[in-house]
Amino acid sequence: MRRTPEPYLWLLFSGGGVVAALLLPVLVLLFGVLMPLGVVDWPAAEHLRALLDSPPVRVALVVVVVLCLFHAAHRVRHTSEELFGIARFDVVIALLCYGGAVAGGVVAAVLMV
Amino acid sequence: MTDTTEAVRRASTRTIRVEVSRYRPGEDAEPVFQEYEVPLMADWAVLDGLNYIKDRLDGSLSFRWSCRMGVCGSCGMNVNGEPRLTCGTFLSEYGEGPVRIEPLKGFPVIRDLVVDIDDFLAKLSSVRPWLIREGEEPPLTAEYAQTPEQLEAYKQYSMCINCLLCYSACPVYVLDPDFLGPAAIALAQRYNLDSRDMGDRFDVLNLEDSVWGCTFVGECTSACPKHVDPAEAIQRYKLTAALRSVLPWSRR
Repeated sequence: MRRTPEPYLWLLFSGGGVVAALLLPVLVLLFGVLMPLGVVDWPAAEHLRALLDSPPVRVALVVVVVLCLFHAAHRVRHTSEELFGIARFDVVIALLCYGGAVAGGVVAAVLMV
Repeated sequence: MTDTTEAVRRASTRTIRVEVSRYRPGEDAEPVFQEYEVPLMADWAVLDGLNYIKDRLDGSLSFRWSCRMGVCGSCGMNVNGEPRLTCGTFLSEYGEGPVRIEPLKGFPVIRDLVVDIDDFLAKLSSVRPWLIREGEEPPLTAEYAQTPEQLEAYKQYSMCINCLLCYSACPVYVLDPDFLGPAAIALAQRYNLDSRDMGDRFDVLNLEDSVWGCTFVGECTSACPKHVDPAEAIQRYKLTAALRSVLPWSRR
């Protein structure tokens, strides 16, 4: 049987979807609605920095960013291929999309170290 | 016959224009539309309209049908651009008309509204759609009882009538006819999720043209007249296949 990379790409894609679905609404609610309305106080800069001092938080953030980037890459790859009818360039598009996600992940990891 | 004639004369001075795609090999270079005026009866399905055309107006029109009650799955056609069972779609849904009837999208047309389903039948049998048992030679009288929960696990997928509406609705299939497609994958899951089945269909499902070809548009589920959920079947198997690829020792 021919091996296909799709199961692994799809796991990253669906992992990113789950993470985004769990975290994004909370962040939008906090930073986009409750804080601007004054229901919840804006966090102080020292407070956020203190949060980032903990290595597990940094690792978790990198994981979240990488998964979300792979989710976006997978979606952009398939959407663009079907929307513009360019599926014959799949290898190039896949390299660009997932390469972008890897690069973004590297940047996130460097920033967090 | 006379009953229909009488009923038509009494009930209907109103008619609806039906535009039917015609393709007569050797006569038409490509499909053309032909218009017919059909009585707009309140209780007529699109299929009744087609039968009226065939019986009264033009005996050369070809289309498949059998049961008239949404069970046989042979009268699927594109009605005003949507894949529908013509026996379950009323002419009156389309108001003043016209109603445009075309063969199911994504399949080669043999004649008029009749499409070639050989490729689909080959796909169906490729997923080994039967209960696979290993290491036994049971007597013909053997029974394998199931709990209601075990039945519920796959029952939904067993309701498929192979009407092909999901294939016609699937943008992936219409672009790439090699895609295994909604009904065949749902049928594979019907057996995968059956407690009596001991088979493994990973080799036919974990392929780029199989579950990984699906981009989860979900039109198959919307189109299904029997409320099967092929989109869900495919997503579930994606998770199964992905976990098996990562954890090779785990089985479904």
